[in-house]
Amino acid sequence: MTGRTTWWKTGVGLVLTALMLFPVYWMINVSFTRDQDMRKDPPDWFPFHGTVEGYRAVIDQQLPYLGTSLLIGLGTVALTVVLAAPAGYSLAKLRPRGGGALSFVLLIAQMIPGIIMAMGFYAIYLSLGVLNSPVGLVVADSTIAVPFGVLIFTAFMSGIPDELLQAARIDGAGRFRVFWSIVLPVSRNAVVTVSLFAFLWAWSDFIFAGTLDGGGDRRPITLGIYHYIGNNNQQWNAIMATAVVASIPATVLLIVAQRYVAAGVTAGAVKD
Amino acid sequence: MSARSRRGSSGQWAAWAFLAPVTVYLLLFYAYPLYRNLDLSLRNYTVRSFVQGDAPFVGGRNYGTVLRDPVFGPALWHTVVFTLVSLAFQFTIGMALAVFFARHFRLSATLRALFLVPWLLPLIVSASTWSWMLNSESGVVNAVLRWGGVAPVDWLTSPQWSLTSVVIANVWIGIPFNLVVLYSGLQTIPASLYEAAALDGANGWQRFWRVTFPLLRPVSAITLLLGLVYTLKVFDIIWIMTRGGPADSSTTFATWSYRLGFGNLLPAFGPGAAVGDLLILIALVFGLIYIRIQRRRPLT
Repeated sequence: MTGRTTWWKTGVGLVLTALMLFPVYWMINVSFTRDQDMRKDPPDWFPFHGTVEGYRAVIDQQLPYLGTSLLIGLGTVALTVVLAAPAGYSLAKLRPRGGGALSFVLLIAQMIPGIIMAMGFYAIYLSLGVLNSPVGLVVADSTIAVPFGVLIFTAFMSGIPDELLQAARIDGAGRFRVFWSIVLPVSRNAVVTVSLFAFLWAWSDFIFAGTLDGGGDRRPITLGIYHYIGNNNQQWNAIMATAVVASIPATVLLIVAQRYVAAGVTAGAVKD
Repeated sequence: MSARSRRGSSGQWAAWAFLAPVTVYLLLFYAYPLYRNLDLSLRNYTVRSFVQGDAPFVGGRNYGTVLRDPVFGPALWHTVVFTLVSLAFQFTIGMALAVFFARHFRLSATLRALFLVPWLLPLIVSASTWSWMLNSESGVVNAVLRWGGVAPVDWLTSPQWSLTSVVIANVWIGIPFNLVVLYSGLQTIPASLYEAAALDGANGWQRFWRVTFPLLRPVSAITLLLGLVYTLKVFDIIWIMTRGGPADSSTTFATWSYRLGFGNLLPAFGPGAAVGDLLILIALVFGLIYIRIQRRRPLT
C-alpha cells in the first residue's frame, strides 16, 4: 500500500465524516446565530455575527435542570452498578440453578418498549404519590441500564480465571470478600462501560422524564429543551445552545472513554 | 458434572444471595409495571378512577376500540415502513462504511470514533436539530435545495413528507451502531482469506460478495434483529419532530400509544396501554427469533 493511496482514502474519510457530523456543526452554528439572522435566506454558514445570547439564556434558565440531570444520572449509575455487578458475578462464577432462565428474562427485558414501562410506572407512581420526584426517575431510568449491565458484567467476569478465585477461597476469604476484593477490582473496565452507558441513557432519557416528571420544577434537561421548543418557538439560538450544553457529557465521554464506548456498543451483538 | 455436584446447597445459597437484589428489582420494577400496563389495557380507566383505583374490568374492549380505530391501519403501516426503511438504509450505509474503515488508512481510527457522535447524543438534541434543519422556510436543507434549483419541501408540515423526514433523522442516528458492530465483525475475518481470493483473481467487488458478505452473515443477522427491536421502540425522534402528524401521517404504534395515554387533555389510558401491548407483542416475536439465532451460534 503506497502512501498516496492511503491519503486518498483519508480524504474520502474526512469528507464522509464531515457530512455525517454536519448536523452537529449546524447545531453549534445556530446556537451562536443572532435572532435577526435566524431566518435569513440563504442562512449564514458560519456565525460571523456570533452572539452568546443563547448561552446566556441557558445559564439563566436551564442551570437547575442540568443539575437535576446530573443528579439523576449519577443516581442511576450507582443503582445500576450495585444491582448488576453482584448478579454478573453470580451468573458468571457461582452457577446458580435457574441462572439461564434469569439471563433469558434479562434479554427479553431489554426489548420492552420504553413507552410501555412509562405507562406502568405512571400508574404506580400516581397511586403512590411519587410523581415528579428525581428518585422516581432514577428508578425508572435504571430499568434501561440494569439488564444491559448484568449482561456486560456476566460476559466480563466469565473471563476471570477460576484459579484466581479459588486461591483466595483457599486462603480463607468468603464469597463476598472474593467478590469485593478480587472480582470487582479486576472488573474495572466493565464497571466503567456499564457506568458510562447508564449515565448517558439516564441523561438522555425523555420518555420517563416526560411522563413521570412533567409538571415538577426539578425537571431534567431533556424536558428543559422540550418545553423551550414548545414555549418560545422563535429563540432557536437558545434551544440549540441548550442542545449543545446537553451534548457535553456524550462528547466528553467519547473523548475520555472511547474504547469503552465501542466495547459497550458491540457487547450486545458480538460475543467472542 | 462433577464440578457442579461438588458445589453443595451452601454454594447455591450464596449464588442466589448475589442474585437476590436484581431478582427483587426485576419483580418490582419490571414485572409490576408490566402487570400494571396490562391491567390498564383491560379496564376502563378515567382520570378519577385512576386515582381511586376502582376502574371497571372491560376485558378486551379496549383492544376492540383500538383495532376499529381509523388510526390503526395507518399506524401499523407507518410502523412497518419506518422500521424497514430505516433498517435498510442504516444497514447498507453502515456496512459500506465498515468495509471502508476496515482498510486502515491514516486517521481511520479517529474518524471512526467521530462517527459515534450521532448515536451518543441525547435523542432530543438530535431531533430538535433535525427539526430546525428541515424547517420549511429557514431550514438549511431547503436552502441547499433552492440553491440547487430544486423546489423546497415542507418536510415536517406536509403529510407526504413527514414520515420520510423522521426516517432520515432515524437513519442518521442508527448508522453508528451498524458501523461499529459490523466493523468489529469484519475484524474477525482472517486477512489470509482475502489474500487467497486476490491470488485467485477476485476483484474488490467479488471479494466483498464472495468472502466478506457470507462470513459476516451471523453478525449481520444479529445487527439487523437488534436494529429491528430498537427501531420498533423509537418514540422520541418522531414525537419531538412531528408529534406523529400532520394528520397522523407519521404516527407509529409508539407515538400513538403515548398520544392516547398522555398527549390529550382527556387521557385514554386503556386504549393507550392496549396499543403498547400490541407493540410489545411484535417486539417479542422478533426478540425470540433473535434469541434463537444467538443460541444456534457455536461458542468459540
